[in-house]
Amino acid sequence: MYRRWLWPGFALPGVIWLIVLFLVPFYTVLAVALGTVDPILFQAVPIWNPLEWNVGWLNEVVHRLGPGGNLTDVALRTLEYVAIAVGLSLLIGYPVAYYIARLAGRTKALLLILVIAPLWINYLMRMLAWVNLLAPDGYVNRFLTYTHILSEPRDWLGGQASTVILALVYGYIPFFILPLFAALDRIDQSQLEAARDLGASRFRTFLHVTLPLSKLGILGGAVLIALPMFGDYYTPNIVSGAAQTSMIGNQIDYYFHGGPQPTIGAAITIVLAAFLTVLMGYYLWTIHRSTQQERTT
Amino acid sequence: MSSVAEAPVAPRPSAWRRFRGWLSNPWGRPRFLPLVTWGYVVWSIVPVLIAVQFSFNATRSRTTWQGFSTRWYWGDPVDSVWHDPTLRDALVQSLKLAVADVVIATPIGVLLAIGLARWHGRGSGSSNFLMLFPLVTPEIVMGVALLLVFTDLFTFVGTGTTAQILGHVTFSISFVVVIVRGRLFSIGRQYEEAAADLGASPTAALTRVLLPLLMPAIVASAAVVFAISLDDFVISQWLSKGGETDTVPVIIYSATRAAPLPSTNAIATIMMLLSLASVTIGFLVWRAFTRGERQAGQSVVRDMGTAPRVGDI
Repeated sequence: MYRRWLWPGFALPGVIWLIVLFLVPFYTVLAVALGTVDPILFQAVPIWNPLEWNVGWLNEVVHRLGPGGNLTDVALRTLEYVAIAVGLSLLIGYPVAYYIARLAGRTKALLLILVIAPLWINYLMRMLAWVNLLAPDGYVNRFLTYTHILSEPRDWLGGQASTVILALVYGYIPFFILPLFAALDRIDQSQLEAARDLGASRFRTFLHVTLPLSKLGILGGAVLIALPMFGDYYTPNIVSGAAQTSMIGNQIDYYFHGGPQPTIGAAITIVLAAFLTVLMGYYLWTIHRSTQQERTT
Repeated sequence: MSSVAEAPVAPRPSAWRRFRGWLSNPWGRPRFLPLVTWGYVVWSIVPVLIAVQFSFNATRSRTTWQGFSTRWYWGDPVDSVWHDPTLRDALVQSLKLAVADVVIATPIGVLLAIGLARWHGRGSGSSNFLMLFPLVTPEIVMGVALLLVFTDLFTFVGTGTTAQILGHVTFSISFVVVIVRGRLFSIGRQYEEAAADLGASPTAALTRVLLPLLMPAIVASAAVVFAISLDDFVISQWLSKGGETDTVPVIIYSATRAAPLPSTNAIATIMMLLSLASVTIGFLVWRAFTRGERQAGQSVVRDMGTAPRVGDI
């Protein structure tokens, strides 16, 4: 009896913690999103019994996010920003990860430290750094006007989509490079040599051996950065703050902090979480499938 | 890679030919890849260094360098980190949360990791799955969930320091589990089994064999938890009730959106040094403990490449 309960007993405090402070909070979001709103105080009234849930608010939010709704632009903009930022991260990150994993030689450890370091530097400090640089009289504008690329300083922080996208790339790209590095570093050198011995050119070796073998790393890194980007509200707020660069996270932030209705905020959160769960599920499924393949071969 | 070795012997080809060679073979050993990589490193690090530089600026400007001074750290009687009560309180609050997080999340996470690795009965699969979720849930979703649970269900908690600590522990546990479980897999079960064969009770095998072997992972995970707690912004902000419960990242956020002084850069620099120091110490302790376990060819690089933050799921 003692032995049988020993290991579950070890796990028990952690499991209880996660049930009470992770699962129950999720249920609370559902209860608020599917609850009602006090007509006088405009406060959210959660409904705890699933049989009495009221889908009215959730329906309304889905309609607002869908075609023709007043949140359509925000939803499309969020998809667009995240897609461009992930694409740019791949474009910049792949050569970097590839070089460090395969060609860096003696500088490998140093480069790896320099790539990991930003992960441990506060995200907001890294944004603050760019706010300083992009200020009207900051180094970026001074450099661009000095070299006559711009005739007068540009208002980088006044609601430019390009600034927000670049800030997203800057903020999250280290999380993309590391899993990609791990995937590229794991590739067996002999497989590449085999391809070369069989007459494949460097380019074909890359295309037919290296790239497929790093596919999981690319996918993992892309999901890993896309998830927080979809929920990001602080980056657009810091480097732009304008309504024309507002993302879905900003809407959630708005409906909770000073906004009119937490119920709508909770409903948007539910829609976002459902969307991201599909993304996560796909990712976990590909990992699962590839480990199964590894086991069978 | 024989084609690379010939290059230095032959006379230096013309620029045009090298360019054409590069075009036809961009993945060989061109100048292109190191250029991109070093360019990326400079791009990712230099802005932060410039921000650190301006924390030592002699004037209120964050964009024009006007001489070195430490006034934004302690010299200025009103606005320095040392004298401004807002900044000082934020620093204290950040450290308070980080220490509480380490003290609570590390033991729970270590026990959960051991339990999940050894327990194969009913419920172990779903517990494993549950543990993974906080790692991939976007922080805003978790922030909304925790805010609502503390204001609508566990109303006796409310917002403020207690809620912040509970929130930090919730997202930290999984990091501890991932780090400790990696170590558990790499040491295997044979030491415990040997101890049991020699007559040790399960408890003795655990405290006298397994725990000492897990020590590097425990220290490393404590360091990581300290750093991620210091760096956390979203959970701290959503569960803050303002005033003294704002942490340093929350202060940086609101200052950056208003009109920041170099003292914001100064407090950000202090935070950066604290979390970098914490992770470095954790890593060095890990290295010192596991020295001699590494086989030839298994380098530091491998250790770092499998760093816990990568999302080892």
